[in-house]
Parts: sequence; C-alpha cells; structure tokens
Amino acid sequence: MSETINLTLKIWRQKNSASAGQFVSYEMPGVSTHMSFLEMMDVLNEKLISKGEEPVAFDHDCREGICGMCSMFISGRAHGKLKGTTTCQLHMRHFADGEIITVEPWRAAPFPVIKDLVVDRTPLDKIIQAGGYVSVNTGSAQDANCLPVPKKDADEAMDAAACIGCGACVAACKNASAMLFLSAKVSQLALLPQGQPERKERILNMLSAHDEAGFGNCTNTGACEAECPKEISISHIARLNREFLGANV
Amino acid sequence: MFSVLNLYFFSMTTLNSKIPEGNLSEKWTKYRSTVKLVNPANKRKLEVIVVGSGLAGGSAAASLAELGYKVKCFCFQDSPRRAHSIAAQGGINAAKNYKNDGDSVYRLFYDTVKGGDYRAREANVHRLAEVSTQIIDQCVAQGVPFAREYGGLLDNRSFGGTQVERTFYARGQTGQQLLLGAYSALSRQIAHGQVTMYNRHEMLELVIIDGKARGIIARDLVTGELERHFGHAVVLASGGYGNVFFLSTNAMGSNVTANWKAHKKGAFFGNPCFTQIHPTCIPVSGDYQSKLTLMSESLRNDGRVWVPKKQGDLRRPEEIPDEERDYYLERRYPSFGNLVPRDVASRAAKMVCDEGKGVGPSALAVNLDFRDSIKRLGENVIAARYGNLFEMYEKITGENPYKTPMRIYPAVHYTMGGLWVDYELMTTVQGLYAIGECNFSDHGANRLGASALMQGLADGYFVLPYTIGSYLSGDIATKPISTDHASFKEAEDAARERITKFMNNKGTKSVDHFHKELGKIMWNYCGMARNEQGLTKAKKMIADLREEFWKEVKVPGTDKELNPELEKAGRVADFIELGELMVEDALHRRESCGGHFREESQTEEGEAKRDDANFSYVAGWEFTGVGQKANLHKEALVFEEVHPTQRSYK
Repeated sequence: MSETINLTLKIWRQKNSASAGQFVSYEMPGVSTHMSFLEMMDVLNEKLISKGEEPVAFDHDCREGICGMCSMFISGRAHGKLKGTTTCQLHMRHFADGEIITVEPWRAAPFPVIKDLVVDRTPLDKIIQAGGYVSVNTGSAQDANCLPVPKKDADEAMDAAACIGCGACVAACKNASAMLFLSAKVSQLALLPQGQPERKERILNMLSAHDEAGFGNCTNTGACEAECPKEISISHIARLNREFLGANV
Repeated sequence: MFSVLNLYFFSMTTLNSKIPEGNLSEKWTKYRSTVKLVNPANKRKLEVIVVGSGLAGGSAAASLAELGYKVKCFCFQDSPRRAHSIAAQGGINAAKNYKNDGDSVYRLFYDTVKGGDYRAREANVHRLAEVSTQIIDQCVAQGVPFAREYGGLLDNRSFGGTQVERTFYARGQTGQQLLLGAYSALSRQIAHGQVTMYNRHEMLELVIIDGKARGIIARDLVTGELERHFGHAVVLASGGYGNVFFLSTNAMGSNVTANWKAHKKGAFFGNPCFTQIHPTCIPVSGDYQSKLTLMSESLRNDGRVWVPKKQGDLRRPEEIPDEERDYYLERRYPSFGNLVPRDVASRAAKMVCDEGKGVGPSALAVNLDFRDSIKRLGENVIAARYGNLFEMYEKITGENPYKTPMRIYPAVHYTMGGLWVDYELMTTVQGLYAIGECNFSDHGANRLGASALMQGLADGYFVLPYTIGSYLSGDIATKPISTDHASFKEAEDAARERITKFMNNKGTKSVDHFHKELGKIMWNYCGMARNEQGLTKAKKMIADLREEFWKEVKVPGTDKELNPELEKAGRVADFIELGELMVEDALHRRESCGGHFREESQTEEGEAKRDDANFSYVAGWEFTGVGQKANLHKEALVFEEVHPTQRSYK
C-alpha cells in the first residue's frame, strides 16, 4: 500500500446552533496512511490556523475508542465504514487515493449542532438519570461474593455494559431512536440480581425520558447494531420489549 | 496582631500531614470513630464544589450528595461519563483474599509501599488497603459486571509487582465499568436534585476568601461566558498532568489547569517530577501523532520482550533466529523476567534502544513476541486472553500480532505527583481538597498496576466523605457568600484578562506547535532518564519557550463561542509553567527512586539507587511567581512498619 494518499474532504461547517450550515471542500494532499482519521483532522486544522481560517470543531478525547466523545458521520456512515470501530480508531489506510470523503455531525433532532461537527448529546444523560442505576448508597453494600451471578448472565450483562454512549445508534437510525442505547442499560441491569428491585419502574421511567427528549421509536431496521462501534446486539432491544411488557402486566 | 500574623505564616509554611496517633492498623478506624460530624440539617445548608467527574470526582460527588450536601460538579467533556478514568484497562486491586492465597490488608499495603520505592506515606497507604475491599462490594452492588467464575463468584487475576491474585476486572474495560458505576450513582443524585452537573465547563480560577477556598470561576465552553460559583469547600478531582509531555496515554483534554490555578493560589505541589512511564505502548509512528495507546501490562504474562543482538538489524523479526535475539529482561532479571515492575521494564527498553538495537522504522521500539506462547497454548487460548488487545493493535498498526511480534515502547502514562494533601486529603489551602490522581499521595515514586482505580474510588467513596466533615463541621455557621464578593470579581477579572490576552495576541504559531515543543524538551530531559546537565539545559529551554509562547501564540475565533484552540491555549500555558517546576524538582532530587531515574545515582548494574539519608521526604513546592524559583518544603517520611531496602527483581 502507498504510504501517502491524496484526499478531498467535504466537511460540514456551521457557526452555531442558530445559523445554517454548509459543506466546505478541503484538499488534503499527502496524507500518511498510518494516521488516524482524527490526526488527519488535526493536520487540516493546523493548516487552517496557519492560513488564518477557523479550524473545524469536533469532539474527541481519549482517542482509544472508549470515551465515546468522537462522533463523525463519515461518507454516510456513523464512525465511518470500518465495522466495530470509533472514528478515533479509524486509520487512513482504509481509504483510497483520490477519495472524496464527506464528514458530517450526528444528525438527529434531539442532538442539536453546537458548532461544525459538535452536537449536544445531553439527552442521553437524561435517559440514564431517569433510572439507569441501582439505588444503593455508598457504604451500604454487603460482601461482593454474597450473591453469586451465573457467569453466562454476567458475561451478557458485560456485553450490554460495553456501550460507550457515543450516540452512533441514534445517528444511524432513520427514526433517530436511542433504543439500542437505552436497551443496553436496561438489559445490563435486568440480567443482574442487583437490578431486580427497581426493574419495572426503571424501564418505564427511562422510556418516558427517551420519548420526552424527542428520540423516535424503534422499527427494527437494525442500522444501530450495524453501526455500533462496540457491536452491541439488537437482541438487547428484544429484551427491552419483553421488559416493557413485563412492566405493564 | 503581629503574633496572629506570625502564627498564620507558620501554619502556611509547615507541612503538617495530620497523621492520627496510634498503631498503623488502627489509625483509620479511630479517626472515623472520632472525627467531628455534621448533622443532617446542617449538611443541607453546606455546598461543595467538585471539579472533575472521573472515578474520584464522580464517586465523591455522588457520595457527598447521598450524605445530604449540596453538590456542584464540573467536567469539561460533554458528559461526566467520559472522564479519562474510562480508559483504564487492566483492573482494580482489593485485599479480599477470595483466592485464599494469603492476601491481606497488610500485604496490599506492603506491596504498594515497596512498589512506590518507599516514597509514600505509610498511614495513607494502609488506609487505602483497608478500604479496598469495600470498593468491590460497592461496585458490585451498583451492578458493575465484573468477570466471574463458572460458579458465579468473582474472578481475580495477577498483576505486576505482587505475588497474589487480587485484581478484579471487567474484561479489558475495568475503568469503563467502574466509571459507569460512579456515573450511575452521580446520575441518580442529579435526578434527585442533590447534584447540579455542569458539563462542558472548565475551572479557570480558584476563589479564596479569608484564607479559605470558597469557590471557582468556570468558563462555559459552549457560550464562552465566565461564571462564578460558591462552595463552602472545593474538591479538585481533575486528574493527572501526563500531557505536559504532549504525547502520553492520557486523553487529549486531560490537563493540569485546575491544579495549577490552585497551586498558584497557595496549594503546594507534591513531588511533581514523579512520572510513570508505562513500558508497553504502541510506538510513535510520525510527526502527526497526537497520542500514544497503551497495551495492557497483562500482555507481559505471555509475551516475551526482545531485540536483535546485532545493532541495526533490519530483518523481519520472524527471520531472526533465537540465538541472535536478546531476551534482555529474562537475561537481566531471571526471577521476575518479563514481569518486572513498570519503571524497571521501561528503563531497560530505553537502554537497548540507546545501544542502537531498537526495532521498527524509528528504531525506538522493542519486540513483544507471542510466538512461544502460541506454540505452547494454541492461538485460541491467546485469543481468549488478549483478543481485544490484539485487535486494537492491528487496527492501529495494520499488523497482525499473531503472526509477527508487537512493537512496543514506553510512554508517559500516569503522574504520581500532584497537589500535596494531608491525611484528610486537604491541600495547604484551607477548604481545598485534592483527590484521585490529582493529589500526590499514595503511590510514592512508582504506582503499581491496578492501583489507580483503587485510589480514585477509595478517595471518592470512602475517605473524603468522612474527612471533609472534619472541616465543614466548623463551617456550619457560614452562610453562602455572595458571588458579588470582591474576591470573586478579582478571580473573574484574572481569568478574563488571560483570555483577552490570547484573543488579542498577534502571534503566528498554533498552540499545538508550542505543546509539541514542550513535550520534546520534557521527554528528552525529564523523561525516563534525567541528569543534572540535561535538566539545567531544560530549565532554560522551557523558560525561553514560555517567553516565545506569549509572544507568538495564535488563537483563532472569538472567546464567546465554542473555541477548542482557546481552551488548549490556556492549558498549554499552565503546562509550560508546570514543566519548569517538574524540572526544578527533578534537579533537586539527586537520588533515583521509582520512575525518577537520575543517571548520577545508579547501582553498578544500572538500577535505580535511592538515597534514604538525604531524600526520604515528600517535596512540597510553594509557588512564588512565574519564572521564580519555587520554595521547597519537606514532609519527612517516617517508616514504622516497612523497612526501606533496595528493591531487587533479579
């Protein structure tokens, strides 16, 4: 593979939530294929600064695929085309010389654009605040091994708990639904004995927070699962539905 | 009046660690049983500011709110769930002895003091070991999905620097799961209205009134507005300062600003030069590199570290026969082999690369080879143990570690230094606390693996909620102070003045340019090996860089909007000043200990040589002005239980 490639970036630029945005094209010659996507954005920003232009604002922090801060919609795919990968772990060796890449923010009504590629994802926090926890105060816990948990359940709970809360599922969904995100937390706690006492209220409260925030409903298209960088299974939405039924009977 | 002033001056300049009397193992119990309490009706009237929402900040904010205090919590990320604690991979230590392998509070205490090369405070470390078991109970009760055995009980694994299995883990994402546990507890308190959460906010100044921390100035990063916030006490939980090196395993936003502002207002900085350089990270691949990625220490359980015996050997590693390989850790440390502690492994890698035996395009890397383990155990066993790490390595480098050795090199990972705190976790400023990586306290000169998560949660869940009562019980009559107070105005003006300076500066160079320059100086002269000549040179270089920064830095955009360059500019300005202090500290500590290796102080075999007669103390630095020599205060370390010896892993 060639060590450098030439690219054209079409990036969404938007001053703030009140103003309209548009795509702006930037030529990026000589991009090293060892760079990560965000490092390429750093290089672009350094160029823009030296030319006296405003750099592109984007969210990012850990750059190792775990904090969930990065959030780019790259050529029509949340976090780009590589399966199970966040934007920060996407490397330029997966792009072709001469490729035109479009870069957009998450597009969903509950996630208003703050600037350029940065959106407001606080509605996801609101869903957790509505019940995504076990009500246990510090200091009141019994010995950790008093309550054995079958390994299978613990492993499945961990599969769900791997969610990084990036919001790719919402961005990928034609309904802008956050059901995969919501189901991951409901499923984790439903699988564990610690989650049982509040099981019913939890799902009802979290669902109403989800709907209040303006997220759409799930129509089982599966785009969320396909785009999730942590490959959270849509089967958690199936469990969510079962839990919802259970809470209503 | 004169004598009162004198008394005040005295108390400000003497480091009183406030270690309780009594036997080591009884100090914490006795303290908890006798510390002054605040009754529930009074707690409702007391407000506490927590800066940071990681393991320490998140758990402290939640626990203080549960007790009834009114809490305001600040983070610069868009959600408290994103703090960098989330990236910790390996696990969390606790003296549960579930394995029945002879573990105990004493052993965890002992391993931590020894691992820290006898530069930590015994009483703090013992308390840490004591509360470690409660942390696991608490996290399990929150629904943290720790790894379990088939019988349903919790699983443990071993980690560097210990001989028992006491590390609890959740796959390779232990930090994430513990943080999400703290975040869930925090979310519950936000929903109850006990915590007000300020996302995308950054603390820019500390407000001190009558010698006590009474609030902060924070910038709303979205609107750019400066805000005044009052608190009866202020808790800093703002993490470590590894990003002073530009390249580190820290998140891009991790910074020292909150700490540094506190330091400039009177909080002493403890052991700033104690930096942990982690041996197994993916090496630098180019100038554009923005951060370094850690590969878990656990890989050294099955991977063998080697370099070619011949200098500049450009053959592919698979083509180099065994007799032409130098398995240098196994050769130099036959009893610990590839599992020597982090500081030892890092220095050994540097040594072979300095000899010209490094591998890869930069020649600044060594091989971590799984060939023999795959042959012995099969690829599926290795995949089950390290599958996610191998995948991550391949994503970043494009190479398959099942077929060819990983290339690794040490990288800055953690900072043991931080704000000096007493036993109650209070800094030298009354009412200002520092918890988690942000304080200097428990790890001495080298932190053991899986101990950072333990300390962050110990401070936040089980230590601060008690110790803060000792201070706040004396403050119940203090009514909330209006933010119109002159000290708030003064602090806000100072923050605004600096922002205006950045925005009006007609410089030509980006913030990153200066950050990278600073990183190079720090890495070359204050990194894995340090000497008097290099440090003296670095001191001058950083001072020059500081001058140039203020003349030449260019910040685009405006200050009344989301402006990441402006945020970075403020952080880098503080990193530069911190860099000068780190160099000063490294220069004055003429011994080697833990992660601090002074080339002038080594054994014949090239190991770190401590000088207990002259340096068995914590260095607490007092700020005296930018570019001025800081004042050194010493807290003598007294070892009653553990007797310092030369660490040996031969």
